[in-house]
Amino acid sequence: MADAPLMEIEDLGLSYATEQGTLRAVDGVDLALHRGEALAVLGESGCGKSSLAKTLLRTLPRNAYPPTGQLRLQGREVLGLPEERFRREVRWVRIALVMQAAMNALNPVVRVGEQVAEPLRIHRRASRRQARQRAAEAFEEVGIPTDFLRRYPHELSGGMRQRAVLAMALVTEPDLVLLDEPTSALDVLTQASIMNVLKRIKHERGVSFVFITHDVATASELADRVALMYAGQVVEAASARAFFDEPAHPYSRLLMAAVPRLHQERPPSPIPGRPPSLLDPPAGCRFAERCPWAFERCGEPPPMAPCGERHHARCWLHPGLGGER
Amino acid sequence: MTTPQPSTRPPQAAPGEPLLCAEGLHTHFELRQWGFVRVGSVRAVEGVDLTLGAGEAVAVVGESGCGKSSLARTLLGLHRPTGGTVRFDGTPLNGLSGRALKRYRARVGYVQQDPYGALPPFMDIQRILAEPLIIHGVRGRAERERRIDTALAEVGLTPAADTRRKFPHQLSGGQQQRVVIARALLLRPAMIIADEPVSMLDASVRVEILELLRRVQREHRLALLYITHDLSTVRHYVDRALVMYGGRIVEQAPVTDLLARSGHPYTEALLSALGDPDADNARRQREVPGGEPPSLVHPPSGCRFHPRCPHAMQGKCEVEPPPPDFRPRADHRVACWLHE
Amino acid sequence: MSPWLQGLTRLRQYPSALAGLGIIVLLVAVAIYAVTAIPYSEARDLWRSGEAWQDLPTSAPPVWADRLLGGDAPRTIRVATDDVVMEQERYEGVRLQRATLPVEFPYGGFPQEVNLFVESQFDDRQPFVRLTWRTPDGEAIPLGARRVGESERISISQDRQLESRLGFAPQVGLFTDAAPGTDDPQVRQGTYELVIEAIQFEETATLDANLVVYGQVHGLFGTDHKRRDLAVALLWGTPIALAFGLLAAVGTTVTTLIIAATGVWLGGWVDAAIQRLTEVNMILPLLPILVMVGTLYSTSIWLMLGVVVVLGIFSAGIKMYRAMLLPIREAPYIEAARAYGAGNARIILRYLVPRILPVLIPTFVTLIPTYVFLEASLAVLGLGDPVLPTWGKILNDAQAQSALYHGHYYWVLEPAALLMLTGLGFAMLGFALDRVFNPRLRSV
Ligand SMILES: Nc1ncnc2c1ncn2[C@@H]1O[C@H](COP(=O)(O)OP(=O)(O)OP(=O)(O)O)[C@@H](O)[C@H]1O
Ligand SMILES: Nc1ncnc2c1ncn2[C@@H]1O[C@H](COP(=O)(O)OP(=O)(O)OP(=O)(O)O)[C@@H](O)[C@H]1O
Ligand code: SF4
Ligand SMILES: [Mg+2]
Ligand SMILES: [Mg+2]
Repeated sequence: MADAPLMEIEDLGLSYATEQGTLRAVDGVDLALHRGEALAVLGESGCGKSSLAKTLLRTLPRNAYPPTGQLRLQGREVLGLPEERFRREVRWVRIALVMQAAMNALNPVVRVGEQVAEPLRIHRRASRRQARQRAAEAFEEVGIPTDFLRRYPHELSGGMRQRAVLAMALVTEPDLVLLDEPTSALDVLTQASIMNVLKRIKHERGVSFVFITHDVATASELADRVALMYAGQVVEAASARAFFDEPAHPYSRLLMAAVPRLHQERPPSPIPGRPPSLLDPPAGCRFAERCPWAFERCGEPPPMAPCGERHHARCWLHPGLGGER
Repeated sequence: MTTPQPSTRPPQAAPGEPLLCAEGLHTHFELRQWGFVRVGSVRAVEGVDLTLGAGEAVAVVGESGCGKSSLARTLLGLHRPTGGTVRFDGTPLNGLSGRALKRYRARVGYVQQDPYGALPPFMDIQRILAEPLIIHGVRGRAERERRIDTALAEVGLTPAADTRRKFPHQLSGGQQQRVVIARALLLRPAMIIADEPVSMLDASVRVEILELLRRVQREHRLALLYITHDLSTVRHYVDRALVMYGGRIVEQAPVTDLLARSGHPYTEALLSALGDPDADNARRQREVPGGEPPSLVHPPSGCRFHPRCPHAMQGKCEVEPPPPDFRPRADHRVACWLHE
Repeated sequence: MSPWLQGLTRLRQYPSALAGLGIIVLLVAVAIYAVTAIPYSEARDLWRSGEAWQDLPTSAPPVWADRLLGGDAPRTIRVATDDVVMEQERYEGVRLQRATLPVEFPYGGFPQEVNLFVESQFDDRQPFVRLTWRTPDGEAIPLGARRVGESERISISQDRQLESRLGFAPQVGLFTDAAPGTDDPQVRQGTYELVIEAIQFEETATLDANLVVYGQVHGLFGTDHKRRDLAVALLWGTPIALAFGLLAAVGTTVTTLIIAATGVWLGGWVDAAIQRLTEVNMILPLLPILVMVGTLYSTSIWLMLGVVVVLGIFSAGIKMYRAMLLPIREAPYIEAARAYGAGNARIILRYLVPRILPVLIPTFVTLIPTYVFLEASLAVLGLGDPVLPTWGKILNDAQAQSALYHGHYYWVLEPAALLMLTGLGFAMLGFALDRVFNPRLRSV
């Protein structure tokens, strides 16, 4: 590990003020991402995936408290930057975001070409011609015929709109693109072709991706590394190989067994129970209540412990923490 | 017979005749401009033949917009078919109205995609579940409560007393869907139509709900029509699967057969676009047919799949009429010229 | 907990809502008191009768208004022969009855009027009465003598002869010791007496007299030009205002909602008909129609209520509810209800309408004062109910009598204050309800 990772997240935390009290949506998240890597952030609904993405880009809703912890881009701390500088130097310049359901958030009265060029005009202060030129290139890159530039969003199919949103994230040539559930609303074939586009871009351009999804199979389509979240925390971070073949955390293992598969005789088995409330999470391991391997020690909060090459898990069972399997 | 009987009614169809039988079913929606000028029609369901035996679980698989929900709604009597016939338990559905239609509705349960949307947000669970009973004339509070408790226990929402007083927003997505299933079971139907019952739920909850549906289907010997866009959630939960494309059924077969020996190029495309989780997935491009899903207003001529099909045969596949069902195996039907 | 209860609990966080609720509770309490203390028909008759009010001063401001300004205006003093001992002497064939009515007068101003109401019973010979006024100094002023009928009002203050004798209007001259013709006579405080001497010609004849020395101020609310105590109208105006506002608001909102829901659900020509009717009705001006109905037909408050409700139903509300209901019509739960066999009426009333009730409640609450004001405006325009006392009618009377020109501010301010209080109460509650039930307005 010669050079600093592209992105390093340390002890990141985010809370929301709600009517019922403080809701800790992201709690002590540590992650590292190298250039050209794709990290899949996996987790079930409400575990804090979108909140994590919003914290990284600081596009937080008004009831969010200021995030805590550190976010370093190539060794430079940016979480503490004043908003104005963050906007000028980081957002969309270094990190671009494809929001959840972004394809439905396109402005219906502006041509898609103009919307795709918009980030360039704002963040790179490009001329109108340059911007149009780049937008056309981005369209080709994501596989939309360039004559679609002059169309309005409703004239595009769902898959096309999702590609347009993707193009919008790519025009400024950021180092890192955050994708929040980019394919969840699409059908299988469209989903697969968009994943194909992402794979190609990653391969050809060396862009890094943080790819948020709740679908294990979709995660495996792009990920070099996987971070599994549970109740606001990352419970396992590993290479895709290690995660899909030998998951370390009990939740990871149960989750893999719960995935319906096309080619498997054994039926998937659901995970009993429900995730805890983030308003008042349990003091110890957050998965303890549903964990078939839980023992006394699980009443204390386990730290992230190494269990292999760039492989960490938040579980007391783990050899790194002296527990026996 | 407005009051449903205390036990599951045995289907009364003649032995050998399936419970539900649709033939040449068409459902078209008129497209109008400014509210009255007809400018065409959406052919959401086009010539669907479908049978569903008592106690049989069948999946309908297809991508978004291929007409799955329209098919479900037509079978439920929520849309009037533009053509074709549906027979349920020996009676044609087409002319049903008033009491007969109401009676039919008591015999068919409906589970929708969005569990939160499917429950009126201003009613508590007790009230939500009482509604179908009241509508179908189950008098007596005690009797209703007993049946509600039974239904809640059946879908695993125990103790029932905890759930009854809650409002939909106080339940998780999975619990909401259980309530929806309980409601579908309340009138002791002979058939359940579940339109994408798990696509809005989390992966871990999906399996629970599918297992629940399978269990009640088996226990009550219900016919189940399970609609999904995700082929990977079909195995283990149904007996037979139909693949729908552009308003038509293009392939049908027992589910294991379909997954192992799919006959239609579209089914193959679906199978190769999907994968089981594996680290190697990230390293290879998937084979995806190009092009867009077919327009239902101006559908492609001949085989609906021909513009995207890698095996399309010029001079044959684009010619009307579309390929009929061929039978490569006894219980396997494929509407594709490759199997002629 | 049901969303309703939750909303209501949240209401406690809004002090304005509690204040508004307080005002409304107060008004309702007043209304309940009014209808129990004076039943409807009694109130109606009372307000129309002249007799009931004869011993009240005309257009007298409330006592507190005078005292607040440091005034010492007299209140009304009533003394009756029943309160004193009647002396009796017999002469040949006649009886002489004598009563002395004491008038304790401690005020700084002169009374408005002095009247003596006399009632007597006889067969055919009227009693003969002589009146004498005695000042605290013992000076006796003869007020004349006359025969009296069965029921008679002797207007002492209207006695022109007496006036010229005293050099002042009688109600002044009788209560001062200033020399006749003085510019600024002062009140002589003390106990005056009216001596009534009656000669009865029949053995069984009786005589009762009642002296009223009218004050310049009256009660808590004052009186109007017909001597009527405004308290009655203000009190009774409350239930009428609330009932009118409530009935009109309920009538319009609920019917509007149900009609809008029916149109949305059934669609087709039903919806089209409702829409066109609404559009036509929306350009019809409400006030001129009411004026027309009022002038040509009747100004009964219940008729006006009916017209307001009917014209209010097909109003902009229909468009608003329609816009809200259209997306709800497509809600999966409605489709589910159809699938389990719910009929049209059930879907409209149990599935569509309740969904937007929360939005309706604040509208409804803020609508109540609008109709209260409407009723008042109608009354001011002379289209008030002909028989019922209402706040608007008080204003109308005040206007007709040029109350403000004559400085009778209380006459206008009292009903105006009640109207504003009503508006304020419902508005404060309504806006808070809007915040609670309308999530768009609620900041997180
Ligand atoms: N603006 C907000 N105010 C209060 N709570 C919030 C807000 N946004 C999210 N939350 C809560 O924070 C938690 C995490 O939400 P988040 O959207 O990050 O989850 P997610 O993993 O992206 O879920 P999904 O898969 O449903 O998108 C949830 O419990 C959610 O209810
Ligand atoms: N009531 C309607 N009026 C007009 N068009 C309709 C109506 N309902 C459905 N359609 C159209 O019919 C086509 C098929 O829709 P349908 O909902 O049956 O598809 P689906 O397979 O269920 O798709 P999804 O996976 O998105 O639910 C779509 O093009 C849709 O726009
Ligand atoms: S009929 Fe022709 S076009 Fe259609 S699926 Fe078969 S091969 Fe492809
Ligand atoms: Mg999210
Ligand atoms: Mg559908």
